[in-house]
Amino acid sequence: MTVTADSARDYSLTGVDTERAKAEGLANADWYHTDVPRKVMKELMQRRDGPAIRDTALWFALLGLTAWGGVAFWGSWSCVPFWFAYGVLYGSACDSRWHECGHGTAFRTQWMNDLVYHIASFQVVRNPVSWRWSHARHHTDTIIVGRDPEIACMRPPNVVKLLAAYAGVYGMWESLVGLVKNALGQLTDGEKDYIPQTEWAKAILAARLHMAVYAATLVAAVAWQSWIPLMLIGGPRIYGAWHMIMTGLIQHCGLAENVTDHRLNSRTVYMNPVSRWLYWNMNYHVEHHMFPMVPYHALPRLHEVLKHDLPVPNSSIWDAYREAIPAVLRQARDLNYAVRKPLPPTARPYQEGATNG
Amino acid sequence: MAEWTRVCPVDDIDPEDVIRFDHAGRTYAVYRAEDGTAFATDGLCTHENVHLADGLVMGDQIECPKHNGRFNIKTGQALRAPVCINLKTWPARVVDGHIEIEV
Repeated sequence: MTVTADSARDYSLTGVDTERAKAEGLANADWYHTDVPRKVMKELMQRRDGPAIRDTALWFALLGLTAWGGVAFWGSWSCVPFWFAYGVLYGSACDSRWHECGHGTAFRTQWMNDLVYHIASFQVVRNPVSWRWSHARHHTDTIIVGRDPEIACMRPPNVVKLLAAYAGVYGMWESLVGLVKNALGQLTDGEKDYIPQTEWAKAILAARLHMAVYAATLVAAVAWQSWIPLMLIGGPRIYGAWHMIMTGLIQHCGLAENVTDHRLNSRTVYMNPVSRWLYWNMNYHVEHHMFPMVPYHALPRLHEVLKHDLPVPNSSIWDAYREAIPAVLRQARDLNYAVRKPLPPTARPYQEGATNG
Repeated sequence: MAEWTRVCPVDDIDPEDVIRFDHAGRTYAVYRAEDGTAFATDGLCTHENVHLADGLVMGDQIECPKHNGRFNIKTGQALRAPVCINLKTWPARVVDGHIEIEV
């Protein structure tokens, strides 16, 4: 395992650790992949419209139903379960829809991927242009310090920030600030690093469109003297984001940094069917990172193909937190600590070190 | 000077599939379309150094296995982010049951 120096990390994309990652061959490196016969992989990669059309129709129907209930019973306690469900469907399920459609794997038909991607990007308050590039970098340099813009658990850990994430306020504020800056024509140094210059104008336009909808929502709330517009649009990113945070934080937290084997820095977790539906099977996270062209509906089958070569998955969300929380707390004292799971006897050894691709 | 180079028997590639072909210090992706027509492009994605032969052929498109960017295999045109730069294509043909590319 490549170990970063025992000092505070520089997680910016233009700092000391960026240069270190490049020098150590960790940027754009060759990553470990389990050997899978071509015919099997080709079958797993096949795209279908059916599963995502079914899931998206159900998603929109549930959004409509719960929004109706929330509005119809507004002012009484009966509205609470409707807003609870609407919040999770909007503020959490949006993340997995954004993710899968961003990869272009959810639907076979590309315009369907693009349509749902833009709706979900708006819901999750992410610039649809810049986050597409951010996520591409996350897959190139997964949890490589100074290269990956999507590291949620930095070292030393900011426990207050991680806990606050569950309330949704911090994430919403951070996302909105980013969007406002983009709408004003500003891109951060990190964004300039991972977004090609030819895409900068598109990122700014997208931010302006998103902000225009939020401004209209705010105007409607003031004009009607009602919280309902904000409960329907934008608000769920705060009060309904908890499931997204709950599942998202266990993807990588407590695991290794600066390695080139996804078995060391990603976590596969068995989950209940409701969470898996909301999360579109991203609980198979090692599998997704190793083979990102496999659609969400094929990840359980991919898991069966790969599991002889992977650490034993966490048995539940709770089990994953029992592993991750002590590890993150220990990282406050020992920056180089990471959970290193034993591999089954059928697995190939972990890939140590790095080679540039 | 470019010359026709034998790659493999045509049946070594399934219809609507691709293989990697390394020749003279360069790597290529050689495709067999569903109708049996052969195509060839540079083997590495123009976004990052990833072998396209590990990707998925869908009709006349190849999808990169790392970031899901797409190219037209006939023209090399970049079709889907994060790929922005077109892929170089090479002449390909089927002769006596073998795929050849002109490189």
